[in-house]
Amino acid sequence: MSSEINLTLQVWRQPGPQAEGRFVTYEAKGISTDASFLEMLDIVNERLIENGEEPIVFESDCREGICGTCGLMINGQAHGPQKSTATCQLHMRSFSDGDHIVIEPWRATSFPVLRDLAVDRRAMDAIIASGGYISVNTGAAPDANLTPVPKETADTAFDAAACIGCGACVAACPNSAAQLFTAAKVQHLNLLPQGQAQRWARTEAMVETMEEFFGSCTNHGECEEACPKDIPIDFIAWTNRDYIKAKVKNRKLAG
Amino acid sequence: MLGSLDARIPVGSLEGKWTDHKFSMRLVNPNNKRRFDVIVVGSGLAGASAAASLGELGYRVKVLTYHDSPRRAHSIAAQGGINAAKNYQNDGDSVYRLFYDTIKGGDYRAREANVYRLAEVSVDIIDQATAQGVPFAREYGGLLDNRSFGGAQVSRTFYARGQTGQQLLLGAYSALMRQVAAGTVELHTRSEMLELVMHDGRAVGVVTRDLITGEIVSHSAHAVVLATGGYGNVYFLSTNAKMCNVTAAWRAHRKGALFANPCYTQIHPTCIPASDDFQSKLTLMSESLRNDGRIWVPQAHEDGRDPHEIPDSDRDYFLERKYPAFGNLVPRDVASRNAKTVVDEGRGVGPLRNGVYLDFSGAMARDGEAVIRAKYGNLFDMYERITGEDPYRVPMRIYPATHYTMGGLWVDYELMSNVPGLFVLGEANFSDHGANRLGASALMQGLADGYFVLPYTIGNYLSDFLGDPALGTSEPVFADAEQAVADEMNRWLSIGGTRSVDHYHRELGKLVWDYIGMARNKTGLEKAISEIPALRDEYHRNVRVLGSADTLNQSLEKAGRVADLFELGELMARDALAREESCGGHFREEHQTEEGEAMRDDENFTHVAAWEWNGEGTPQTRHREELEFENVELTQRSYK
Amino acid sequence: MAQTVSRVSTPPPVRSEPRVKLPWPLSIYQTAVGKKWVMGLTGVALLGFIVVHMIGNLHLYEGPLEIHEYAETLRDLGTKIVPRTWLLWAMRIGLIAAFGLHIHSAYSLSRMSWAADQRYPGGRNYIAANFASRTMRWTGPIIGLYLFYHLADLTWGWFNPDFVRGDPYHNVSESLGSIPVAILYIVANTALAVHIFHGTWSMFQSLGVNSPRYNHLRRYLAGGLAGIILVGNLSFPIFVQAGVIDDNGRSIVEELQQHEAAEGEES
Repeated sequence: MSSEINLTLQVWRQPGPQAEGRFVTYEAKGISTDASFLEMLDIVNERLIENGEEPIVFESDCREGICGTCGLMINGQAHGPQKSTATCQLHMRSFSDGDHIVIEPWRATSFPVLRDLAVDRRAMDAIIASGGYISVNTGAAPDANLTPVPKETADTAFDAAACIGCGACVAACPNSAAQLFTAAKVQHLNLLPQGQAQRWARTEAMVETMEEFFGSCTNHGECEEACPKDIPIDFIAWTNRDYIKAKVKNRKLAG
Repeated sequence: MLGSLDARIPVGSLEGKWTDHKFSMRLVNPNNKRRFDVIVVGSGLAGASAAASLGELGYRVKVLTYHDSPRRAHSIAAQGGINAAKNYQNDGDSVYRLFYDTIKGGDYRAREANVYRLAEVSVDIIDQATAQGVPFAREYGGLLDNRSFGGAQVSRTFYARGQTGQQLLLGAYSALMRQVAAGTVELHTRSEMLELVMHDGRAVGVVTRDLITGEIVSHSAHAVVLATGGYGNVYFLSTNAKMCNVTAAWRAHRKGALFANPCYTQIHPTCIPASDDFQSKLTLMSESLRNDGRIWVPQAHEDGRDPHEIPDSDRDYFLERKYPAFGNLVPRDVASRNAKTVVDEGRGVGPLRNGVYLDFSGAMARDGEAVIRAKYGNLFDMYERITGEDPYRVPMRIYPATHYTMGGLWVDYELMSNVPGLFVLGEANFSDHGANRLGASALMQGLADGYFVLPYTIGNYLSDFLGDPALGTSEPVFADAEQAVADEMNRWLSIGGTRSVDHYHRELGKLVWDYIGMARNKTGLEKAISEIPALRDEYHRNVRVLGSADTLNQSLEKAGRVADLFELGELMARDALAREESCGGHFREEHQTEEGEAMRDDENFTHVAAWEWNGEGTPQTRHREELEFENVELTQRSYK
Repeated sequence: MAQTVSRVSTPPPVRSEPRVKLPWPLSIYQTAVGKKWVMGLTGVALLGFIVVHMIGNLHLYEGPLEIHEYAETLRDLGTKIVPRTWLLWAMRIGLIAAFGLHIHSAYSLSRMSWAADQRYPGGRNYIAANFASRTMRWTGPIIGLYLFYHLADLTWGWFNPDFVRGDPYHNVSESLGSIPVAILYIVANTALAVHIFHGTWSMFQSLGVNSPRYNHLRRYLAGGLAGIILVGNLSFPIFVQAGVIDDNGRSIVEELQQHEAAEGEES
């Protein structure tokens, strides 16, 4: 059941994108183990404000693990120690009295720190904009049941589509590669019959946009462990396969 | 100054209205579309779908969102599904039945014509989403699966596991990003709209603040579309996301847009109760749990025993006792109010005595744990992650929480507010759900508005301005609006009080929950009308906002949002007080049957209340839009 | 105030488009996934060589003449079609090319990742990454340096005063008889096995050979291959040190060749 614990936090504070950052230590006393990790930070912030100090900037929105806004590096692990759990769903019962917790922002060259623990993740939107869609104008769609989709295919596509775009895969990757994010979106669409028309163009465009911003995958598998939605790295392998096929097929079509 | 409100509903038969109206509206030819600028504020289902569709048509669209990415909008958190009158199940569904269920579910406080149109376009939404690659659940034959939902006797709900909102939003987001790449949509993330700019009585643009740099920016356009969601966060604790707020709609209200039916708020019965004073939000658990769980509280007040030690004879299965026919499956509002009653009696359970039990032990004994796990495993896991309790061993604790707001800016049939050029879509408008929204209808409405209504109706407005360029942002109206925003920022930073913004938000939430929550009465509402402004005054005197306006400053962002929620809270109380009846989500204790059921007053309140801003310190004026029911007969709901 | 600031912009790209776009299929190699693909394919080739090389070397345990004959057989490969040693040289050139591409792709991909990655000053806690995966950029160069030494020592005879061309048995026992050299071989071949352990599993991912039903077997294959190569390759320095492989400084092949030469003169 619930109890109260005292913690020592070492939090990355950085006043702005160009400013130097550093760790600042805060005592978080009397934290209920029923509190979520972000509620713990809320409490710390409330106390900071009362002491006239600027609160720690961290991002969150839905706080139920689906919007992908939150994301902290907690003791060197993206989204903290609990598997399949986004930072907002991590609760303080995962910690013990007296624990020392290091909190950092996601780090990658293409995720520049905006302030404290908030980073800019627009590079991920750029990957989607380069091809993460099926080109169908509003009103142009045929009846939804015109094309049956095998249940297994739909389920696998969903497993990929479950990605919340939090960026934990990049944060956890020792190469800052965005392979899992990109592969999840590529495969979600590539698996479905509706996505076949643009399959090769999409794969080529999205992979190459990804490579402009992020590192190269070396198959550590850290991303899969960090993913709050348990997206498997199998999708990365399938995307690698699709990419080489795309390079061949797109050339053929070009004559 | 305003007469009785005219929604400009087309004449003709219910079935023909939308078709005829689409034909009679003026069009903008493809070459001229690129000469029109449209601003869309918000990137949820309604905003993203509208912006993508307008971009495809060739308009020059600018999307403004305060999120870091359009994909974060709170539509993403919708779990259950989306209704559509496809009748794929051959169980007798039809456009008319979906229309009828929605009107009835809304307790006869919505417009027939709007709701019929919603039901009509619902089928197109499913086609559109499927073509975009939304991975809806499928049967083994590869065709789309449906489930049934509250308030309907047919299976018409399409779903994608428990993440339907996420998948639909990602579909709309991908369509939006495609237009961003095509150059028809200009995307401005982390840009919060803080002023609506008016010229000659028309909406001509907005002023935003860049949340990273603090830069105040004017955007001009021929039309402004608000798709900025609901105001459930006025309760502080709700199932809404932390950033959800009423600011964009409220700033439009302050510029003359009418705010309709603010007292219609929906409470969802199955949420996880708050665990401590620092609870930041409430999490919804799917309503489907009530199919197998039994809801009870101890007979005795403040019974401190472990649930397992309380014998059946000492338990009160209050819903089964009061509603033998529907039992635990009574509608949301009935289940919620009864839970509140027993908790208020001091029979609540849990450490804070703020919940009721939802017990699966009977179902597990009957069907076996494996069956229950297969049906609800993911929900049980989520419950355990949040509470640390194993619901297979200990009964779940649930309590109602605010979850959707039916009220919003008043719009006519074409989704335009009373301010020409200002369109309002999705949860931000008031139009389709009446006094209560049925499950799986929010996603339907957001996408209907964005994909299939606005793209037609906006042309009817814009065709008047062919050849007129959008007003330049160097005009004085923009400079004034920018100055107003800059002044507001400086005001917050210079108060130098003692308590945080969140502190006041939490206090406001308590007042609103206590007086304008699940059950309202005259005394409470009058208290709210005096206490909310008092707290608001203290807020403006004593709030502490640190830092500066030229950086990412989350306290500063929240300060303005909470100020708007204060004003909205007061208006909710006025609206609830003026509506002397009980309907849907609005339950006035003075207006109930002897059995405690809601009692409508169709004679005096079959109308929409739309409030007009009269300046700070002066109460708003209440206008009426009479609701005409030509097709359905008004009946009283009964779930005995 | 500015009319608009474009918030569409994204963080600056880490890697820009290549200045010169090569013709297909070379253009594939200009992308990271293409490089990984080449790395995987050359990895398969190199791995094949390593396995065959290790198995071939087991002839050492048969004796000096047998391993000598094995070496000669390699030179004789394909002599019915092409002149002697041509096929061997073709394979050598192929291997050199594979090795070069393997190194080049690894180097350029590493540079890309270094540009993209920012360290965590607060430290990292790895969950899935293992010792092998995290040391690829160390074990790779170790293997490269070792390979150079290995060739210089046993093929070109630069470091061995008693080097006898064409007598592997003699050369191996002379070289590995020295304790520092034996240690070097043990360390380098351990690095090789570690490299192979991650490389084999990684190759499946990079080449997109992935079928969920068989995926669990990939780790066993990687472990098995790495283990076999480790045992096989470590056996040589160990057994030389143990005196199992030892010709007491006599090059039997050299003696044989001198003997044959003498017989030739006589006849």
